[in-house]
Amino acid sequence: MAGKPKLYYFNGRGKMESIRWLLAAAGVEFEEEFLETREQYEKLLQDGYLLFQQVPLVEIDRMKMVQTRAILSYIAAKYNLYGKDLKERAMIDMYVEGTTDLMGLIIVCPFLSAENKEKQHAVIIQKATNRYFPVYEKILRDQGQSFLVGNQFSWADVHLLEAILMVEEKKSSVLSEFPLLQAFKARISDIPTVKKFLEPGSQRKPVPDDKYTETVKRVLQMNF
Amino acid sequence: MAGKPKLHYTKGRGKMESIRWLLAAAGVEFEEEFVEAKEDLEKLRKDGSLLFQQVPMVEIDGMKMVQTRAILNYIAGKHNLYGKDLRERALIDMYVEGTTDLMEMIMLLPLQPPEAKEKNFALIIERAKTRYFPVYEKVLKDHGQQFLVGNKFSWADVHLLEAILMTEECKPDILSPFPQLQAFKGRISNIPTIKKFLQPGSQRKPPADDKFIAQVKKIFNI
Repeated sequence: MAGKPKLYYFNGRGKMESIRWLLAAAGVEFEEEFLETREQYEKLLQDGYLLFQQVPLVEIDRMKMVQTRAILSYIAAKYNLYGKDLKERAMIDMYVEGTTDLMGLIIVCPFLSAENKEKQHAVIIQKATNRYFPVYEKILRDQGQSFLVGNQFSWADVHLLEAILMVEEKKSSVLSEFPLLQAFKARISDIPTVKKFLEPGSQRKPVPDDKYTETVKRVLQMNF
Repeated sequence: MAGKPKLHYTKGRGKMESIRWLLAAAGVEFEEEFVEAKEDLEKLRKDGSLLFQQVPMVEIDGMKMVQTRAILNYIAGKHNLYGKDLRERALIDMYVEGTTDLMEMIMLLPLQPPEAKEKNFALIIERAKTRYFPVYEKVLKDHGQQFLVGNKFSWADVHLLEAILMTEECKPDILSPFPQLQAFKGRISNIPTIKKFLQPGSQRKPPADDKFIAQVKKIFNI
């Protein structure tokens, strides 16, 4: 019988963080193996664990899953966080792709030069305020419901909360023009599984620091 | 009642091409409206047709869908090209993400600065030969079936064929170490809907030329 899912990644957010959020929101306990050395990574490669030689890797239900989106889609569907039909899934997919693009701007930050970091910071705030947050604010306003899709808690809600918190770390007042997102943030944060994940001591990872960046570059031999 | 899907994009491959492939493979007729100047994009934005101000946008089943993956997932799900259960979908998703990564490298190549082009071209060939094609070769070899997943034609097969042809345009003999993929290419190309899409006069778009790249840069301010 399958045990807990096991996550293989660096001891930091990166592309794995959305997976941690979703498992936590679904109330699924998971284990983690942190990549700290090049040798560990090479062993995973040699053992044939990494289909495309990349992490994230999640061992789940006897599969060695790679590719962040594939993993997230599987978890969402398995734990009924993917809507009730094809059209709801389409809405969830669209909304999640938006928050993925926004968070993608933030994920690259640790690997940019100091000069580019500053430029990127401005882009993040501009895009969040003009392109992304207005969309979700409008959805909530138009529907007047508690959740983004189908009046039911879904992956889209988890992903949006994650994105909001990440952008707030860059600019704490970023939600000032978005009252419905403020209410959404509080509401979703209060869901017991999410609340637990937001407490100290959970498997949620902190904002990337220099040690994280250095580890990733060393293990993946990134020549920047 | 919903009519044919309507695709809004520039008159070239880009991110819309995989959508054209999948609709064609599913035997779905579609219309296209081309963004040819910045004003066309601005109009779509002003009309509120683009959820995140971006194309691709596909009008389908009463929705104005954006985000390439969302659109592809919907079409695959609707036309039974997404496997029979969650596990098969997981495999299809994994495989498609791989071919997406490969095709994205090729798609972005014309937009790279001249100094980076040679290096990135070499990287594409290396990745195709050592990271991506060996995976699909092994999948086919291990299960000995006609299709990548569940012994049935799926989105993963369409996407892999598209990726193979795109890579061959970069290097015609790229499949020489991969006999399974060569056979796969022959087989999938012969499926009637695909065969039709591969014929001249179909809605398949040609590789980007300088004129198209200049137009794209102008429309999207890149």
